Amino acid sequence: MLLEVKDLRVEFPTRRGVLTALNGISFGIAPGEVLGVVGESGAGKSMTGAAIIGLLEPPGRIAGGEILLEGRRIDNLPLAEMRKIRGKRIGAIFQDPLTTLNPLYTIGRQLVETMQAHLPLSDAEAKQRAIGWLEQVGIPAAAQRIDAYPHQFSGGMRQRVVIALALCAEPQLIVADEPTTALDVSIQAQIIALLKRLAREQRTAIMLVTHDMGVIAETADRVAVMYAGRIIEIGPVRQVVKHAQHPYTAGLMASIPPLDRKVDRLAQIDGSMPRLNAIPPGCPFSPRCPHVFERCRVSRPELMPAGETLAACWLHDKPGAPA
Amino acid sequence: MVAFVISRLLQALPVLLVVALVSFALFTFVGDPVAAMLSQDATLADRENLIRLLGLDQPWYVQFWKFVGNALQGEFGLSYRLSRPVSALIAERAPATLELAFCAAAMTLCIGVPLGIFTGIYKDSWVSRVLLTVSLVGVSLPIFVLGMLLILVFAVQLGWLPSFGRGDTVQIGWWSSGLLTVSGLKALILPAITLAVFQLTLITRLVRAEMLEVLRTDYIKFARARGLSNRAINFGHALKNTLVPVITIAGLQLGGIIAFAIVTETVFQWPGMGFLFIQSVGAADIPVMAAYLLLISLVFVVINLGVDLLYYLVDPRLRAQR
Ligand SMILES: Nc1ncnc2c1ncn2[C@@H]1O[C@H](COP(=O)(O)OP(=O)(O)OP(=O)(O)O)[C@@H](O)[C@H]1O
Ligand SMILES: [Mg+2]
Repeated sequence: MLLEVKDLRVEFPTRRGVLTALNGISFGIAPGEVLGVVGESGAGKSMTGAAIIGLLEPPGRIAGGEILLEGRRIDNLPLAEMRKIRGKRIGAIFQDPLTTLNPLYTIGRQLVETMQAHLPLSDAEAKQRAIGWLEQVGIPAAAQRIDAYPHQFSGGMRQRVVIALALCAEPQLIVADEPTTALDVSIQAQIIALLKRLAREQRTAIMLVTHDMGVIAETADRVAVMYAGRIIEIGPVRQVVKHAQHPYTAGLMASIPPLDRKVDRLAQIDGSMPRLNAIPPGCPFSPRCPHVFERCRVSRPELMPAGETLAACWLHDKPGAPA
Repeated sequence: MVAFVISRLLQALPVLLVVALVSFALFTFVGDPVAAMLSQDATLADRENLIRLLGLDQPWYVQFWKFVGNALQGEFGLSYRLSRPVSALIAERAPATLELAFCAAAMTLCIGVPLGIFTGIYKDSWVSRVLLTVSLVGVSLPIFVLGMLLILVFAVQLGWLPSFGRGDTVQIGWWSSGLLTVSGLKALILPAITLAVFQLTLITRLVRAEMLEVLRTDYIKFARARGLSNRAINFGHALKNTLVPVITIAGLQLGGIIAFAIVTETVFQWPGMGFLFIQSVGAADIPVMAAYLLLISLVFVVINLGVDLLYYLVDPRLRAQR
């Protein structure tokens, strides 16, 4: 495994007690693998990504568990050590390209400073590489555009620049938090295709957070479904999309409009995700679950083998149980 | 760039004209300079003579036209109080005010900006908290109280520094400088501190607020995610983004320091333009007041131009629009 997250727990101390934003998160990402992460708003997807790159917003903090990169713990590194990992070994792509680039520096300068922070490059070499990266991400006339400022690019072009910035020190893993949500629909597919192609070429693994199941189905190797600060199902993308084992995942998939036929009405999951300070004692999904039974309300299921995936659902506790 | 400067200057013209009109109105309609300048036993003929000499018998627009024409040549007539050319008086007093103002401004920027950065970056440290509490005192303490306190402690009780005046000065051309003599420098310390404290606390708080704001932005988070050093992030990316508002306020402050040195100059009997202005107000010495007003508005116009130019250098987005 390239990245291993073990039993991660993130807490927010607030005036009215400690909120547990992430609880018992465990997963791994293999080199070159694309792990999709889906779930409702507030499920903790972004927070998982932030914990991995060590950029949780204070007062949020890792209260338990471990994060390992190639077997070495990175969640308790001193700041100076973590800085060498960010960008160099784990890159990040944020949601809104309009706000992720510093408006006062040219894109060339931002690329050069990123590479020089991690690689022993002279100014000329770094500039040369910067132009190369801009060409790689499909910026036309890269050599001329290198001295342009972010505001001189469109949103889609800026996200390409962001991707170049995330990749330019050649990290082994990229945490991409909804990299296309802020973009025009027509551009989203291009950006995802670009990301996928570059990741394959560089053998970079991606943790791809998105709301778009279409993107997941097309891009990801495996997918993790999050709910109320937990992973409730994780497995190969085909299995999860076609044969979801957790009732929540099944509901999520049913709420996606199919491309090949018309439906009168999309299924939807009734109710809403519980707030962090009001998570029910048993399975957090139990109040909304169509298959709920007594055990779900009193004790919390951990991830367990279910079909070809892992699902946190008591339905799978006995062998041969129906999904 | 040149076009930009010219357009800015053209925009400043109406402002200056309006101020000229106000000073002129002061000149014409407030007080009775003739009575003030004549001795008790002057005859009616003396009076008429003086009126003609001062040009007060002509219609107002002719007077205004003359006023502007003269002002352009630095001619503001005779001081009623001192019966000397106003331009000479101002030239005599300007160096004192400007030296005081620039020392205060330098103190403000050299101390205030670093303090603002520090308290912005280490927002939760106790040092920051202490600094901010102290700065509240600085903001709320009236200038004249501070000046008198400083005089009381450092001049009266400790006797380290003079309580009034400018000390010895050295004449360089028409400029009289107090920066080159020991007594001049000693005399400068207390007034400069007095003038700087308020502005300093203001700029500290402003820089801090801007730093906090900028440090929360996505591009700073992204810079961290790219593994840049804290120094590059704080002093490169973050600080540069706070500059536009800070330049604006610092420019206004510099203008304010020059214009409102009045109080400080009065407390320390500093022989500058502000002190001259106060004395002129007391004597209804309109030509001096009018000239002072015009000069101060010119200072603000020049500073604004400088501020705009700095924007232009700092922010590429503004460059594109022009
Ligand atoms: N500063 C904070 N204090 C307390 N709770 C917080 C704080 N920041 C985030 N949270 C909570 O942490 C949870 C996880 O948030 P996160 O941003 O990871 O959700 P997400 O899955 O990325 O959602 P979205 O799809 O909207 O991006 C949310 O319930 C949110 O309310
Ligand atoms: Mg999010």
